Amino acid sequence: MKLTVRVWRQKNARREGRFAEYEVQDASPDMSFLEMLDVLNERLIRQGEEPIHFDSDCREGICGMCSCVINGEAHGPESQVTTCQTYMRSFKDGDVITVEPFRAMAFPLIKDLVVDRSALDRIIQAGGFISVTTGSAPEANSIPVSKYHSDLAMDAAACIGCGACVAACKNASANLFVAAKVAHLNLLPQGGPEKDPRVLGMVEAMTSEGFGACSVTGSCEAVCPKGIPTSFISRMNHNFLTAALKLRVHGPRG
Amino acid sequence: MKLNANIPAGPLTQKWTTHKHEIRLVNPANKRKYDIIVVGTGLAGASAAATLGELGYNVKSFCVQDSARRAHSVAAQGGINAAKNYRNDGDNVYRLFYDTLKGGDFRAREANVYRLAEVSVNVIDQATAQGVPFAREYSGYLATRSFGGAQVSRTFYARGQTGQQLLLGAYQALMAQVSAGTVKVFPRSEMLELIVVNGHAKGIVVRDLIGGKISSVMADAVVLATGGYSNVFHLTTSGGASNVTALWRAHRQGALFANPCFTQIHPTCIPVSGDYQSKLTLMSESLRNDGRVWVPKNGGDKRPADQVPDNERDYYLERMYPAYGNLVPRDIASRAAKRVCDEGRGVGPGGRGVFLDFRDAIKRFGEDVVRERYGNLFEMYHEITNENAYKTPMRIYPAVHYAMGGLWVDYNLMSNLPGLFVVGEANFSDHGANRLGASALMQGLSDGYFILPYTIGNYLAQNQVKRPSTDVSEAKRAEQAVTERLNKLLSIPGKRTPADFHKHLGRILWDHCGMARTEAGLQQAKQEIAALREEFWRNVIVPGSHDDLNMALERAGRVADFLEMGELLCLDALERRESCGCHFRTEFQTPEGECLRNDAEYAYVAAWEFGGDGKPAVLHKEPLVYEEAHMAQRSYK
Repeated sequence: MKLTVRVWRQKNARREGRFAEYEVQDASPDMSFLEMLDVLNERLIRQGEEPIHFDSDCREGICGMCSCVINGEAHGPESQVTTCQTYMRSFKDGDVITVEPFRAMAFPLIKDLVVDRSALDRIIQAGGFISVTTGSAPEANSIPVSKYHSDLAMDAAACIGCGACVAACKNASANLFVAAKVAHLNLLPQGGPEKDPRVLGMVEAMTSEGFGACSVTGSCEAVCPKGIPTSFISRMNHNFLTAALKLRVHGPRG
Repeated sequence: MKLNANIPAGPLTQKWTTHKHEIRLVNPANKRKYDIIVVGTGLAGASAAATLGELGYNVKSFCVQDSARRAHSVAAQGGINAAKNYRNDGDNVYRLFYDTLKGGDFRAREANVYRLAEVSVNVIDQATAQGVPFAREYSGYLATRSFGGAQVSRTFYARGQTGQQLLLGAYQALMAQVSAGTVKVFPRSEMLELIVVNGHAKGIVVRDLIGGKISSVMADAVVLATGGYSNVFHLTTSGGASNVTALWRAHRQGALFANPCFTQIHPTCIPVSGDYQSKLTLMSESLRNDGRVWVPKNGGDKRPADQVPDNERDYYLERMYPAYGNLVPRDIASRAAKRVCDEGRGVGPGGRGVFLDFRDAIKRFGEDVVRERYGNLFEMYHEITNENAYKTPMRIYPAVHYAMGGLWVDYNLMSNLPGLFVVGEANFSDHGANRLGASALMQGLSDGYFILPYTIGNYLAQNQVKRPSTDVSEAKRAEQAVTERLNKLLSIPGKRTPADFHKHLGRILWDHCGMARTEAGLQQAKQEIAALREEFWRNVIVPGSHDDLNMALERAGRVADFLEMGELLCLDALERRESCGCHFRTEFQTPEGECLRNDAEYAYVAAWEFGGDGKPAVLHKEPLVYEEAHMAQRSYK
């Protein structure tokens, strides 16, 4: 396959960026998208130029490190796959492919296609956990969980924290990311005691990190590589409302 | 050098309990006076850092990825073993201990393995309480499945994403400690040197990967949880960032490297498709519960799988190992696959593949049940190969997957350098010459949650060397050496890229130090690696600078260390003149082609000391003394 790749190049956060065009002559349909970039980068390095910087690690769609907006879509053209699991057979010979970083105020650009998603870590720090000191856990089977709830919690827990939902949203909202974690933990009996402070804390952290409000367009679900549905956002809103009302009635007690 | 494993006295079943009574404790009020560095945020690193934080220590946690949640533990699919005996099928701590020891072909340290089996049950309790959504039965109780090398069902799982869910549990515990102020996480930071002061590990030199700043961080103890070194083979199932640099830098500072030749080749990976390939993808071993492995009986049979009648299929694992069938341990399944492909009966492009067929499982349970059990794996297979495994069998081939070897540690998980602890895949650990499926997650979390947090206190309570300041000459020298090395890499006016050298190294190792190893092949590999290393330092090209994000420079530094480590791997494989577990020397095999162990001469841990640049490594031996278990011939027939 012959392709033209238009890539966002930006040396660092202080410099201005621009699109650069590269011709790729020898792509194979069985290559992954990132392997195509690898091959291009090998050529650039041999020419003494800096390679195109992009994040990736596991290359099997689970670590959440790869990002990229390909032809306007976060994680590229195929549904429910990450950029690293996008294969060149999804493109045609002669295509012009535009590659951009995830753009959001809360994801400052570092270099080329690499952005800083540490805001997502800080949201987790605001309540995305169950406080159980190591060693204090009860016997695992002493907490039966209905298969229905357990499976639903797993559906939510499948989030890989890539931030595609943010990149796709015109408000750069992190609602789907936050809702998935809130649902995962609040659906389980183990997560019950911290249910209210969790949802309040995480939503507050999301707002203060500069993520926007829900755009109600569903673009997040459309690009989510794990197919996490927006129904979890409804669930989070319900959790949030209940928690906020309790706060009003009983005072701030967590 | 006399290696002391510090194994507690007393009966095997009591060692850990007694040891916990006997080791020194740090007073709760004093814990906050101690700084501990933890490098790596996978299962072992995140669980250790979180638990140490809970205990009240000041923890600094480092990782090369952009978030602690990305470590490659995330990719483990199948499950985690624990001796819960929830199925009432005769499981118990002793059986898990013995299966693990036997699976490792009697090359692991008995006392460590017993402790691992003992602690395994606590790991499941801990993870469940954290909200890890393990699979459940309709009753609401936890489900289990079977894995290779065991005849009981003791593997807990969360669909095909067990590693991800356990890692998120540990990561969330870590984030809770960050918000409590006990742990500080430094993402996108790479450890490039270990600082040793008066013989004790007291700090690391770190490069901030974004701004390029090089600085020393000092502590009272250093914990390495940097995973395995299998990426020395280039094409593996590891993540791109997995590397040996932290371990290799510590090794060069005096830490012993144990059993480097024990590298696991996993039987069920998607075959290589082209020269551009950057990594290989594993298909979970759990698939062997319901999938049947076969090749055509006759070589050169090019018919599509569904047109090969049953009597012309060779279900070779079921034929050769009737007792365990498709669930034989990984080393055995891998070698069997290699053998049938060497006979010319392999399938797919190049004939390097065997079928993993779900036809019978789909007939028996229906497609829906198979989808519920393995749906995400079938999807992943489809994404990569564009084939539908519900209709045609998967094609699989062995690939490098895990490193049983690693830095040598004693019973307290401390290396021979006082103050340097090594946990998870990074240590030479509990898996001997072959790790059983679903045991890596068990070991990483056991080390991090339940073992290291106790044993590190024993060192700190007797801490004779106080935490030095970053002004000490050892730190300054280490920083300078790091900077000089980076400058050197950037200044070589070469032609070949770091990735190209890496690929070349991987090919040498796969050809000569892979599934079958010979004396002549290993000698040749050693020479080729030495020549490649020499070429690297005059012919590598690394653009850019070191005061900026520079992934080519990161890769070059890691490849440089792989080029040294790879030679040690071959040396270890050469010196071990026996076959055991994954280490198969063709000169030493039974008439049936199985491993021929030599317990009289090789029942030891090979712990290598760095001999200096250009000088051979020095071998130290820790004899493996089995007080309870009997070193039997491994049989899965």
